[in-house]
Amino acid sequence: MTTLKRVDVHVEGIVQGVGFRPFVYSLANRLGLTGRVHNDANGVHIEVEGAHTGVAEFLTALERDAPALSEIERVTVVSGEPAGHSEFTIAASDPSGTRHALVSADSATCDACLRELADPADRRHRYPFINCTECGPRFTIVRGVPYDRLLTTMAGFGMCDDCAREYHDPGDRRFHAQPTCCPACGPRLRLRDARGTELCGDPISCAVTLLRAGRVVAVKGLGGFHLAVAAADERAAATLRARKHREDKPFAVMAADLAQARRLCEIDDAAAALLTGRARPIVLLPRRAGAPVATSVALGNRSLGLMLPYTALHHLLLAELAEPLVLTSGNVSDEPIAYEDADALTRLGGIADAFLIHDRAIHTRADDSVVRRMSGEVTVLRRARGYAPEPLVLRRPAPRPVLACGADLRSTFCLAQGRRAFVSQHLGDLDKHDTLRSFVEGIDHYCGLFGIRPEIVAHDLRPGYLSTRHALEIQGVEHVGVQHHHAHIASCLADNGESGPVIGVAFDGLGHGTDGTLWGGEFLRADLTGFERLGHLACVPMPGGPAAIRQPWRMAAAYLRDDHPDLDVARRHADHWADVAAAPGSPLTSSAGRLFDAVSALLGVRDTITYEGQAAIELEQRADPAETGVYPAAVTGPGPLLVQGGDLVRAVAEDLAAGTDPGVIAGRFHNGVAAAITRACVTLRQATGLTAVALSGGVFQNVLLLERTVERLRAAGFRVLRHVRVPPNDGGISLGQAAVAAARS
Amino acid sequence: LAHGAGGQATHTLIEAIFLEAFRNPMLAPLDDGALLTLEGERAAFTTDCFVVSPLFFPGGDIGDLAVNGTVNDLAMCGAVPRHLSAGFILEEGFPVADLRRITASMAAAASAAQVTIVTGDTKVVPRGKGDGCYITTAGVGLVEQPSALSASAARVGDAVLVSGPIGEHGAAIMLARGDFDIEAPIASDTAPLHGIVAELLDALPGQVRTLRDATRGGVATVLNEVARASEKAVILEESAIPVRPEVTGVCELLGLDPLYVACEGRFVAVVAAEHADRALDLLRRHPLGGDAAIIATVAADPAGLVLLRTAFGGTRVVDVLVGDPLPRIC
Ligand SMILES: [Fe+3]
Ligand SMILES: [Mg+2]
Ligand SMILES: [Zn+2]
Ligand SMILES: [Zn+2]
Repeated sequence: MTTLKRVDVHVEGIVQGVGFRPFVYSLANRLGLTGRVHNDANGVHIEVEGAHTGVAEFLTALERDAPALSEIERVTVVSGEPAGHSEFTIAASDPSGTRHALVSADSATCDACLRELADPADRRHRYPFINCTECGPRFTIVRGVPYDRLLTTMAGFGMCDDCAREYHDPGDRRFHAQPTCCPACGPRLRLRDARGTELCGDPISCAVTLLRAGRVVAVKGLGGFHLAVAAADERAAATLRARKHREDKPFAVMAADLAQARRLCEIDDAAAALLTGRARPIVLLPRRAGAPVATSVALGNRSLGLMLPYTALHHLLLAELAEPLVLTSGNVSDEPIAYEDADALTRLGGIADAFLIHDRAIHTRADDSVVRRMSGEVTVLRRARGYAPEPLVLRRPAPRPVLACGADLRSTFCLAQGRRAFVSQHLGDLDKHDTLRSFVEGIDHYCGLFGIRPEIVAHDLRPGYLSTRHALEIQGVEHVGVQHHHAHIASCLADNGESGPVIGVAFDGLGHGTDGTLWGGEFLRADLTGFERLGHLACVPMPGGPAAIRQPWRMAAAYLRDDHPDLDVARRHADHWADVAAAPGSPLTSSAGRLFDAVSALLGVRDTITYEGQAAIELEQRADPAETGVYPAAVTGPGPLLVQGGDLVRAVAEDLAAGTDPGVIAGRFHNGVAAAITRACVTLRQATGLTAVALSGGVFQNVLLLERTVERLRAAGFRVLRHVRVPPNDGGISLGQAAVAAARS
Repeated sequence: LAHGAGGQATHTLIEAIFLEAFRNPMLAPLDDGALLTLEGERAAFTTDCFVVSPLFFPGGDIGDLAVNGTVNDLAMCGAVPRHLSAGFILEEGFPVADLRRITASMAAAASAAQVTIVTGDTKVVPRGKGDGCYITTAGVGLVEQPSALSASAARVGDAVLVSGPIGEHGAAIMLARGDFDIEAPIASDTAPLHGIVAELLDALPGQVRTLRDATRGGVATVLNEVARASEKAVILEESAIPVRPEVTGVCELLGLDPLYVACEGRFVAVVAAEHADRALDLLRRHPLGGDAAIIATVAADPAGLVLLRTAFGGTRVVDVLVGDPLPRIC
C-alpha cells in the first residue's frame, strides 16, 4: 500500500448552487478517495484522503473540470493527518462564520432539462419550472445566504418524495438543487384575465390562442413581467405601444430557437454563441430584409433586439406558438418593470388582456440584459439578468469595503471588497420611486448577501442626484466624490483590469463638471486615483436647460444661431429659433450627446425625443456605413484642447443646403467625430507620452462611431480600451466610482 | 452662487449659517414667521427681503410684492396682519419717478390688505453696487385664533390643496425680462392672502394643519418641506395640478417645470381629509381661489418624499430643486 495523504481544501468563488458538491463527490469516488465535502458560509470545504497520486489528480481536476456555472476564485490547500474516512460523503451545510459565499446569476434552462421537458415519459414533461444544479433561477429568488432552499422564494414549496429523493442523492443531477420541483410539489402556472379570473384549460395553449388572436399577454418570467404579442402582428404591436405609452423605443423579440432567429436577423457564429449562452441576453443584431416582424416593433431601426427562451415556460410558449414573440418589459412608459404579482395586476391591468402567472415569487427584479457586438467584441449595454450579481475582479483591491452609488439614470450601485466588485443589476432611473426603492433595498440586500459593511461611500459630484443624496445620508462612513467623467474612464479601466494612466475620452449626454459647466465631450489624463481635463468639445449654450435635452432642435439653434436661416429645421421652428439661439442664462455644455442631437435635428431625423438618446440612436441608424468622407473639425490649444464641434455642424448644414443625401451627411459626420477624437489624442500623446486611449460614455454605444474611432486610433498607433462587461453608459459609473475610491484608500 | 434658487442650496445655507448663529427655539422650526407672546397678546412677526428684476412687471412691481409677501407670511402663521416696516436700499441715480411709482403701489397694496406701514429706513449705495432698488419689509400681526399650523402637523390621509393656478408670478417675471420675444397674457399673481386664509381658518377651526405660500421654489418646494417636516409622504396627482395653458406653454419653452416656479398669491393648505371638500368649496367661492384644487394626499410611505403620480400611472420623485433646474440626465 502506498502512503496515504490527506488535504483540507477550501474553495471560494461561485461554488454554491452550481452542482459543485456532486461534482466533488463523483470526482473523489472516481479516484477512489474518501473524506467529505460541505458548503460553508465562505464557499465549499473539502476533506479528502487517499493515495498520493489520487489526491494530486483530485486537486488538478478540481479546477480543470469544475461545473460550468461555477467560478473558482481561490483554492486553499492545507495538508493534514489522514482521519481514516471509509467513504466520501456530502455533509450538511455549515451556516456559521462570515458570509462570503457567492450567489450565482440566473441561468437558462440546460439541455438535460430541455430533454426531460420534451419527454412524454418524464415526470417533468412540459413542466414550466423544471431546473437543476446546472440551470434555473438563482439570484432573483434568493432572500439570503447561505444559498439554501429555505432562504429562497421556493421555501414555501415542500418537496414531494420523488424530488426529495433526487435532492438527497449525490449521484443525481438534482442533488442539492435548491429550487428543484415537479408538477406534484412545485409552482403552478395559471392564466388569468385582466380582472383576475382564472381562465380554464391549459394555460400555455390558452395563452397561445390569445396571442394568435392579437391579444396582449403579460408573462411572469424570471426577473419580472413581460408583455407579449405576436411579433408579426402589426395591429397587436401598435396596440401594445399605445397602451404602454411607449412611442418609439424598440421592443425586444424572442425566437423559439436559432433556426427561427435566423429568419429575423443576420446571425454569425459569435452571435449564435451569445444567443445560446447561459446568460441569454437580448442581442442587438442586424435585421434581415423582409424579416416577418411588424413595423411597430422597432421603428426606424436597422437592428433588432433578439433573445432565445431562457426558462422552460418560454420554451413551451414559443414552441407552441411557432412564431416569434415581442417580449417587452412589463411596465407603463419608462417605469420599472413589474415583478410582484399584485403590483403587476394593477399596473398592467390596462395593458394586458391576460396574465400568464405563477406562484413562485420573484424576490429581486432583474431586467433582461442587452449586449451588442461592437468593433469585434461584445459589449454589455444593460447588465442585469444572467450577469448580476457575479463580481468583477478589481486590479487594485479595495483595502476597505466600498459602496458606490452610481448616477441617477440607468442606475446601478457597486459594492467592492478586496478584489471583488459586485455591480448591481440595472435598476432604471432613480426619479421613479419604484427604482429608488430597488436601489435602497438592493444595497441592503447585496450587503447581506456578500457580507459587506461599507466604510467608504462613493458618489457623483452632482448634488441634485438622488444617488448623491442617498450617499450623503449614510452616516459613519468616509464619503468620496468622484467626477462623472473620471468615473466613466475609471469604469473602462476597471472593466479591462487596468489602472492607467491613459488618455480618457468620455463622451456622453452630460455630467457635473468641476467648473460650473456641464461636461460631456471630455479628454482626460486619467488613472484610478485622479484626472486632469486636457481637452473638451468647445462649449455651447443648452437653450432652456432640460428642454434642450427633450428638444434636440434647440441644440441645432444653439450651434447655428443665425447661420443657414433657410434650413428646414430653422423653418420648422421659425417662431422661436432666434429666441432659443440667444436664450440668456442657458447653461454651457461641452456635451457630445448634444452635438449628435444638433445634427440629428438638422437632418430632420429628430426634433423632439421620447426616450433618452433617441436622436443620436436614430441618427446612427440613418448614417450610410459605406460613406468614407470626413468633415473636418479644428482642434486648437494651448491650454485645454478645444475640439470645435461647431465646424462639424456647419459642414452638415452646408452639405444639406447643397442637397447632399442625409445618409451620406450622417456618415461624414460620424467619420468627422472619429477623426477629431483621433487628432486630439495624437496631440495629447505628444504632450503626455501616453499611448493608450480609453473610450467611455453613453455616446460610445454608437457602433458606427466606436468602430470608426477604434480604427483611426489603432491606425495612429494607440492601444484602445473599450467596455466589455459593464456598459459605457451611466450603468458603468458605479464600478468606476468604486475603483477610484478603492485606489484612493 | 446657486444659493438664491430657493431650493436645497438655500436651505443648506440657512441651516449652516443662520440657524447655527442665531439658534433659539422660535427660529428652529424655520416656518415663515415666528409666533410670540407680547404682554399676553399672541402675535406673529416676520420679515422678508425683495430682490426682483425687472422691478416692474405685468400684474405688479417690487412695491406690492414687498407688501403682499410679508402680509402673506403673517397670514400663513394664522395671523391678522397689522403693521409693516419698510427698508429701502437704493442705487445712486435711481429715478425718483420709479421710486414714486413703487411707493404708490406699496401704499395701495397696504390699504387693500388693511395694514399700515409705520416705520422705515432708506440707504443709498454707490452706482453699480445695487440693482436699482431692494426692499425689506417686516410685519407684525395678531393671532386671534390660536392654532398649531406647522409643516410638521400633516397627518396620514390629509388632503393638500392649492388655492389657484400655479407658476404665474415666475412665468410673468421671466417674460418681463424681455429676453424672449414671446407674447403671452400672463400677469403676476401677487395678492394679499390673509382674507381668504381667515375665511378658511374660521370655517374649519383646528382642521387646517399647514399653510404655506408657494413663493420661491414653487409648490414642489413647499410640499417637500411638508414631507420632510412631518416625516410623511406627499402623493401628488399630476392631472389635478391647476396650471394655465399659457403658463404651461412658457414653461415648456423656457425649460421650466411649473411645480418649481414661484407664485406670490397662491398658498398650499394641508387639511384633514373629511373637511377637504368643504375647504375646496370655500376657496373656490373666494375671488382669489377660483381655480383652487385638491392636488395631493398625505401618506405614510415613503416618508419624507414627494411623489408625483403621472397621467400614465407612473410615480416620479419630486425632489427639492438643487442649484440649476436641470434633470438628472447622463
Ligand atoms: Fe454619463
Ligand atoms: Mg416669504
Ligand atoms: Zn437543468
Ligand atoms: Zn416534486
